[in-house]
Amino acid sequence: MINEGVDKSKRQFLTSALTVVGAVGTGYLAVPFLAQMQPSVKAMAAGAPVEVDISKMEAGQLIRVAWRGKPVWILNRTPEVLATLKTLDSQLRDPLSQESIQPDYSKNPVRSVKPEIFVAIGLCTHLGCSPTFRPEIAPHDLGDNWKGGFFCPCHGSWFDLAGRVYQGVPAPTNLEIPPYRYITDTLIIIGESSGEKTA
Amino acid sequence: MKIDRFALCGNWILERFPLAKVWNEHMTHYYAPRNFNFWYFFGSLALLMLVNQFVTGILLTMNYKPDAKLAFDSVEYIMRDVHWGWLIRYMHSTGASAFFIVIYLHMFRGLMYGSFKQPRELIWIFGMLLFVCLMAEAFMGYLLPWGQMSYWGAQVIISLFSAIPVIGDDLSLWVRGDYVVSDATLNRFFAFHVISVPLVLVMLVFLHIVALHEVGSNNPDGIEIKKYKDENGIPLDGIPFHPYYTVKDIVGVAVFLVFFATVIFYMPEMGGYFLEHANFIPADPMKTPEHIAPVWYFTPFYAILRAIPDKFAGVIGMGGAIVVLFLLPWLDRNPVKSIRYRGGIYKKALLLFVISFIGLGYLGTQPATPTATLFARLFTSIYFGFFLLMPIYTRWEKTKPVPKRVTEEHTLEEELPALLEEITVLNPATSEIGDPAFRSSFFHRRPSAEGILNVLARLAKKLKESLD
Repeated sequence: MINEGVDKSKRQFLTSALTVVGAVGTGYLAVPFLAQMQPSVKAMAAGAPVEVDISKMEAGQLIRVAWRGKPVWILNRTPEVLATLKTLDSQLRDPLSQESIQPDYSKNPVRSVKPEIFVAIGLCTHLGCSPTFRPEIAPHDLGDNWKGGFFCPCHGSWFDLAGRVYQGVPAPTNLEIPPYRYITDTLIIIGESSGEKTA
Repeated sequence: MKIDRFALCGNWILERFPLAKVWNEHMTHYYAPRNFNFWYFFGSLALLMLVNQFVTGILLTMNYKPDAKLAFDSVEYIMRDVHWGWLIRYMHSTGASAFFIVIYLHMFRGLMYGSFKQPRELIWIFGMLLFVCLMAEAFMGYLLPWGQMSYWGAQVIISLFSAIPVIGDDLSLWVRGDYVVSDATLNRFFAFHVISVPLVLVMLVFLHIVALHEVGSNNPDGIEIKKYKDENGIPLDGIPFHPYYTVKDIVGVAVFLVFFATVIFYMPEMGGYFLEHANFIPADPMKTPEHIAPVWYFTPFYAILRAIPDKFAGVIGMGGAIVVLFLLPWLDRNPVKSIRYRGGIYKKALLLFVISFIGLGYLGTQPATPTATLFARLFTSIYFGFFLLMPIYTRWEKTKPVPKRVTEEHTLEEELPALLEEITVLNPATSEIGDPAFRSSFFHRRPSAEGILNVLARLAKKLKESLD
């Protein structure tokens, strides 16, 4: 009985069918296994807007605040800095921020709502280091072409004081600008856009 | 009577488990070439380091806390308050660097003696997979102390995934488990570092050795010892792995441990190369350290990444530097394995490669100045040139005749007395010490300028000949 009448094609069919069902089952099981590595619901919900009081900021001062675990910079730019920014376009990769991430109200040459107050996420668009703030002109380690800006120590990317990336450095785009709006003249809320209401 | 019972007990097991068979096949009846030199220590040393990392790693997990709020302090707690905790941690951290030193030398041995060539391609592939796993293991382990360098190193490396078009950003988000490197990242890296990757490593080591024992070891002459066998089928140039090489490897282990222990006890941070200074500051997501660099064993690849002024191309270059190693068995078209019988062009290419690899390693630890970047680009081209031009230049090679049987090498003990004799002269003693009657039989051995020059000239001539 054991050796009699082996139906090879039936056996082949059952083997194939089982393989397919098994593969589909494995695929379904892989979904929760892989999806559990996504940011958790809690991590996605965290990221409440942050209010920053800028009334005590001096000209040329930079402050750092944490928003969604990322460093956000607020820089009070002097008129000289704003004047310098206009002269840099030819050395920049994306002077008009066509390729870069920012809210529409910051998509201008100085990349801010008010020209003097610059807000940006302080993470290099290359590989996510936080660049250093180097406002001085032509320091000895960066050379004579340095007009003040942000220098990424990790891979040597250069950004001007509007977070615009220079040509010939690894970073592909300008620094990202988070959504933000002014509640009053001296109070900024980061994480909410101008159009939105406070939640 | 006792002996008999013991033997009975042993037999009971042997009848149910192929212990003797495995032992014979892989130890006492595994015939290794008899001409192994010191380069052949590094395989067993790598195994030793794997065991070291397992034992010390398990002990560390008993006091370490994989939590962004507790991790840094728990490492300090291990260092200060756990009995011998400092030793266990330094054995683990130094062990990581020692592991890479051993592995790099082991791989270089393969490059020199052609151990990756037919029929050992698969051994090389398994070895490369081991290398990649080891890098993943080391990278994830480095996040665990949750220092500044841990944090920003992980931030940079995970961001590498984001350079991949279309899926990049989602992929790096998935790896991180959060929008920035955070507690979620630390926790999963702990799981990978402690369970997943070590399991894969053990499996790959098993495959690496099974594949090796199937085809047999290569040797410094790069010839197959299985071609010439005696009437019992035993290779004429082979000796049983056990006891000959097990005993020899113990000597290697002892010498290695002298260096290993010296580092653990006297320079566990190795001047900031094994444990970086910035990592003694707790992770601060707001501020990148002034100068960040990966641990030394990643710096050659990091320098390649930095040398290319484009994000995606940089990542491709870095990955390509590793992928190209996998292809090595098919890039080298020269059937001659050992560097002893290869043409000068391969020797020069290998020398250039070693210089550029070490150069890249050094530059990767340094800040990215324009000059450094220029050199990094030069070395990167040499690195890739070595591999990608290999199909061309290995065909032009003028190889030397390969012997049929392994060659004898003079040992140091045999060569040293003659060498000493040659570079020194005996001068009659001129001092007034001692009995005047015996003074004529006193001699001083002094270095001889002529002798040293002769030896150097001979060495230079030999070097030139071998490079032609």
